[in-house]
Amino acid sequence: MHNLIDTVRPYVSTELFLLMLVMGTFLLGVFIYKRTKITLLQPLLISILIIIPFLKFMDIEYQTFYNQTRILHFMLGPSVVALGYVLYEQMEHLKGNVTSIITAVFVGSLVGIISVVLLSRWLGADKVLMASLAPKSVTTPIAISLAEKSGGVPALAAAFVVICGIFGGLVGPVILRKIGIKSKIAKGLAMGSASHALGTARALEMGAVEGAISGLAIGIMGIMTALLIPFVELLF
Amino acid sequence: MIKGSFYILFFFFLGEMLSILLHNFVPGSVLGMILLFLALYFKLLNPENVRTTATTITKNMALFFIPAGVGLMVYVELLSQSFTAIVVAIAGSTILTIATVAIIQQRFENRRAKGGKADA
Repeated sequence: MHNLIDTVRPYVSTELFLLMLVMGTFLLGVFIYKRTKITLLQPLLISILIIIPFLKFMDIEYQTFYNQTRILHFMLGPSVVALGYVLYEQMEHLKGNVTSIITAVFVGSLVGIISVVLLSRWLGADKVLMASLAPKSVTTPIAISLAEKSGGVPALAAAFVVICGIFGGLVGPVILRKIGIKSKIAKGLAMGSASHALGTARALEMGAVEGAISGLAIGIMGIMTALLIPFVELLF
Repeated sequence: MIKGSFYILFFFFLGEMLSILLHNFVPGSVLGMILLFLALYFKLLNPENVRTTATTITKNMALFFIPAGVGLMVYVELLSQSFTAIVVAIAGSTILTIATVAIIQQRFENRRAKGGKADA
């Protein structure tokens, strides 16, 4: 058995195979999600839950996987830039909403940072963990630099961003329905503010307006959180 | 598609350069998004040039999270040590953030619908 794995490993740790694996598991995830309509079965989650055991079984290190699939990770940047176009397409929905959007995201950012720090401290988290948790709602590149500045672990901050994104993407639509949110702008803004690009991916499923506003929210939330974290730190 | 990819990379690059000038305070991708929006708004760029590429990549954004998401495997131990604190804090805070933002925005819209004045 071990000999077999050792023989196969060089072929399955290639860029070609791993990119194919990512695309394949994602497509499988999309297929399952569309068939079952179960919110928990997000393509991203399905893909991760297949890939991690596979890498462990084949004894392939994460760093190897990351290096081989880097091109996909790189695409996060261009996809955020591309939201500028989606936003332009939905511009008419911004008219008359500038003040409310800025107010809502500002308060949301403050509530998000303070609540995650207080909750984790109450449950026994140390300073390093708290500092890594604080920027959880912003997009990965912003979160990493913010965590670094305030004494957190960048890699851990990136992991929390992903967890927060998956969680918000899953429960966001449910919460919005439960508290009776009808406004498309309010829905998109909430999804993007709390769960960055993953919230936006879900918001795009609700509709183009929700998706575009959610994309805008990623940017505003990033800026607000960067401004607020230093002040919130003073309080603790 | 190639034209669209070029323009998106071009605005990403401009965003990165601007980000360096701002001491990395705001990431280059976010600045690139704002710059692309402004270029389209002020008609410096024809929307047709970027439409196909932009809609294709934004529709499949979740795919680009997989390399980072698989990274969770490295932190399994650390995550399981403080599992409750992390999960409760993230879940609670995310729910609060979603509710706060959505309620404030909807209140503003409702108030305006009742005859309040709009801003620009």
